[in-house]
Amino acid sequence: EDEEEDESKEEDNGSQQNRASRRKNYQRKNRDGKKAREEGGQKKDRGKTVPNKDQKESENKEKKTTKRGKEGENKQKKSRKNSTSSASSNSSDEESLSEEELAMLKEQVEQKKKLISTMRNKPWRMVKKLSVLREAQDFVEKFEGALGKGKGKKLYAYKMMMAKKWVKFKRDFENFKTQCIPWEMKIKEVESHFGSSVASYFIFLRWMYGVNLVLFGLIFGLVIIPEVLMGMPYGSLPRKTVPRAEQETAMDFSVLWDFEGYIKYSALFYGYYNNQRTIGWLKYRLPMAYFMVGISVFGYSLMVVIRSMARNANESTADGDDDNFIFSWKMFTSWDYLIGNPETADNKFASITTSFKESIVDEQESNKDENIHLRRFLRVLANVLIICCLCGSGYLIYFVVKRSQTFSKMQNIGWYERNEVEIVMSLLGMFCPPLFETIAALENYHPRIGLKWQLGRIFALFLGNLYTFLLALMDDVNEKLAEEDVVKNITHWTLLGHHNSSAGNDSTVTPPPLDPADVPRGPCWETTVGIEFVRLTVSDIMVTYITILVGDFIRACFVRFVNYCWCWDLEAGFPSYAEFDISGNVLGLVFNQGMIWMGSFYAPGLVGINVLRLLTSMYFQCWAVMSSNVPHARVFKASKSNNFYMGLLLLILFLSLLPVAYTIMSLPPSFDCGPFSGKKRMYDVIQETIELDFPLFVAKIFSYVANPGLIIPAILLMVLTIYYLNAVSKAYQRANTELKKKMQMQREEEKNKRNNKASTNPMLQDLEDLLTPSMKTESPPKHAEDKKIESPSGSSPARKPGRGEALAGSPMAGGRGAALTPPSQVFVTQPRTPGVRAPYPGQPRPWGHPLGPVPGRGRGQPCF
Amino acid sequence: EQGSGAMGGSASLIPRDLLGEYQELTFLSKQEILLAYRRFSELLPKEERENACSARVPKSQILTLPELRANPFQHRICHVFSTSETGDDSMSFEDFLDMLSVFSDSATSDIKSHYAFRIFDFDNDGILDRKDLEQLVNCLTGQGEESRLSSAEMEQLIQNILEESDIDKDGTINLSEFQHVVSRSPDFASSFKIVL
Repeated sequence: EDEEEDESKEEDNGSQQNRASRRKNYQRKNRDGKKAREEGGQKKDRGKTVPNKDQKESENKEKKTTKRGKEGENKQKKSRKNSTSSASSNSSDEESLSEEELAMLKEQVEQKKKLISTMRNKPWRMVKKLSVLREAQDFVEKFEGALGKGKGKKLYAYKMMMAKKWVKFKRDFENFKTQCIPWEMKIKEVESHFGSSVASYFIFLRWMYGVNLVLFGLIFGLVIIPEVLMGMPYGSLPRKTVPRAEQETAMDFSVLWDFEGYIKYSALFYGYYNNQRTIGWLKYRLPMAYFMVGISVFGYSLMVVIRSMARNANESTADGDDDNFIFSWKMFTSWDYLIGNPETADNKFASITTSFKESIVDEQESNKDENIHLRRFLRVLANVLIICCLCGSGYLIYFVVKRSQTFSKMQNIGWYERNEVEIVMSLLGMFCPPLFETIAALENYHPRIGLKWQLGRIFALFLGNLYTFLLALMDDVNEKLAEEDVVKNITHWTLLGHHNSSAGNDSTVTPPPLDPADVPRGPCWETTVGIEFVRLTVSDIMVTYITILVGDFIRACFVRFVNYCWCWDLEAGFPSYAEFDISGNVLGLVFNQGMIWMGSFYAPGLVGINVLRLLTSMYFQCWAVMSSNVPHARVFKASKSNNFYMGLLLLILFLSLLPVAYTIMSLPPSFDCGPFSGKKRMYDVIQETIELDFPLFVAKIFSYVANPGLIIPAILLMVLTIYYLNAVSKAYQRANTELKKKMQMQREEEKNKRNNKASTNPMLQDLEDLLTPSMKTESPPKHAEDKKIESPSGSSPARKPGRGEALAGSPMAGGRGAALTPPSQVFVTQPRTPGVRAPYPGQPRPWGHPLGPVPGRGRGQPCF
Repeated sequence: EQGSGAMGGSASLIPRDLLGEYQELTFLSKQEILLAYRRFSELLPKEERENACSARVPKSQILTLPELRANPFQHRICHVFSTSETGDDSMSFEDFLDMLSVFSDSATSDIKSHYAFRIFDFDNDGILDRKDLEQLVNCLTGQGEESRLSSAEMEQLIQNILEESDIDKDGTINLSEFQHVVSRSPDFASSFKIVL
């Protein structure tokens, strides 16, 4: 209670007063220290604890008294001011307030306001907070009006009112926002059963859903809906019509399921869009919009990912890989307060216990490492095996995609042949990760490092598969491009022939137009690519859901119900219940998103499918995890991995940007489908818009800007900026560590000052413990002397030799080794001169290993 | 009418300006405060529900909350946040709000660590000494006999913790040392959280 009071007072008062009182405290402490030293000179044990307590108490008392004094002053001041200002407000003439008082009053009002806004950060009881708040509010309200003069007064009051309104509005808006966040309760339920790590997956999923919703809005609002509403209707153009040959089967479910038939010739795919510059009465520039939306999908995603990464990095002010506090963190931060389920709590108890035991054992055995050669060999072997797996899977995919291209040329092929690529990719994604895990058992890494490796490998597998798939697809596209040239001629001649024939028959009547379904057309590689991605996504969804259903739900049912009549305990033994695989699920989500990003340019409808997928998987996975999974035995924390996931997402985003950018920049669009048909390259649409829709000078500026002579320096400039910023951040980091060091040093010095008691100095205590017991009785006085020895330039006037010899005996001068040669101890009493000590020279003691040898100690005096 | 849309009739029982003040003084949003009010009044017997703002809920009732049921520090939490003068750790609505505010998502890590310290300080003497740490370890390893640490392990563990965190080497951990250690932890703020 006392402490609380104290603190609150401390915070109440201005910082200057604090400083002053602290200074007083230090002086007092010094005095205390001296006194205590004199008292506790004889008994070591007593000296260890008692003076500290005394000191603390006296400190407290001291603080309180000074505080009280200050507060009294404050109150006096306040009351004086109150009286003056209230008088002034009573008489309501501004002249009675001098400038100075006004300024002071203003300052006070500001202070009160600040207090109001930061009140929630104070560890006070609600009652106290309420009373202080009310008091402060009253004060502000009362004197706010007194500020400002004449006209200014009204304005001021108005401003204040608006500010108040604004605060209220902001608060309401925040309330509204929190109300809009979906699935809070669902996630909370999962959290209470499985802890925050599993919930972090669902939060990630929700975030992903939000991002996809925005992308969906962009694409649907600016591309698909305008096209549907204002574009040419279905059947008006060859590209918008199912070809004659396919028409009988175009509505069959099996065809639709493969995204052929009517779906292929719908607004969901690239090929459907017309290259008309403007559509509808709005003169909506659809090709331009298509292009810009395609780019802004990437732009928005990049922005969002990087922003949230930066926010995450900002929030975690501490660098997590600081391993100075392993045990303390395990102790103080390992309990997950969100756990509300007794079973989960039991699991958590067990896992905390094991982690304690493990870390104790780790600490004890960190030095000995048996048979390092075998382990190295096994690790190399495991990596070779895994690389073989990766290559094998890559080759398999390449082979399958190639084969599918020959299949696609053949007639009447079965279901398996059509879906072979997707099936093989899904199977690889299903079976390779467990295989990797099995192989990783060879390596015998620490679980956390092992997890990182595992994630990296799965990532490599997925990425390799995706890129092999892309490469094979690219081959396909090139083939199609070659084919297109031929078809282009045919189409041309057909149209010409049709025109000629009709013109020849009857030149006066306009020829009946050729039915769009009969026009021969090119392969339209863009739609093909889009369809591939949509099929991949859909099969991925299916596989994910079926895996959950079979691997989790059916397994859980089996374990639960067959357990009654089985010869061993299924729940505890072999199959048991499944755990929720966070990393696998997150990676799946990340890769799925990569496919969406890649595919959305060629299949605008893909984002819609993805939104549906995320929505359903939120409910489905929540249900599955609650019904058939058990909490993790090995829990890894969520917050640490958050930015890791975001990093993966960023990488995937970048990697999926590459192929899309490549196709946009260097492949010619199909001649008879899509919004860019008839152009040499897709980006020509920008040039066209600038030339036709903007005044001439814009085009000129654009041509200057697009000049390589300008772009290359710009890129150079950017690189240099990055270099510079990098250097600056490094410098800051260095400054940071430097400051940390300084702080430690200061603390050390302070400590020495405060506790001239030997017993609190670890180093000396060490030395002391290693000395012969008979020395112990004499030890306290000699510590004062030790301190002097440590000072660098030998500023202590009364340096005595005895101790120094011992230290000089070892080259390290101050490690444990030095203390092992017991000196012929001389009993020395030393006059204390605490004021004139030179700054402590040694390097700061590394915090994690306070008992280890300290290199910096006693460096300054090698020559005794 | 404040909040009547969100939570039905229960909102009208908190005066409007008090609700505003609570929002000002806690890290909770309006909905959360109203939800807290509803949950709190559910813990009261029927006849007291009318004036839940001034009633106190006994500790045994508080501990039936599913959010606290599995928590090994449930008694400590009650004790730290209770303003009861008789020392029975009963909670008023304002105590309850205090608790939820500290454990809410948006509370600063500073205030969280302050209260964490007080929760871990089993003997309420303002420092964590060996006894406190021992009790803390026992809380974290659960009730089961097989999960308890042996006394040697306990000794080793506490030794290690003190080596890491006890900066001024007085054999105990005080509040600033504790905050120093905890503020560096990447997981603390995300795990020191209770959501109704």
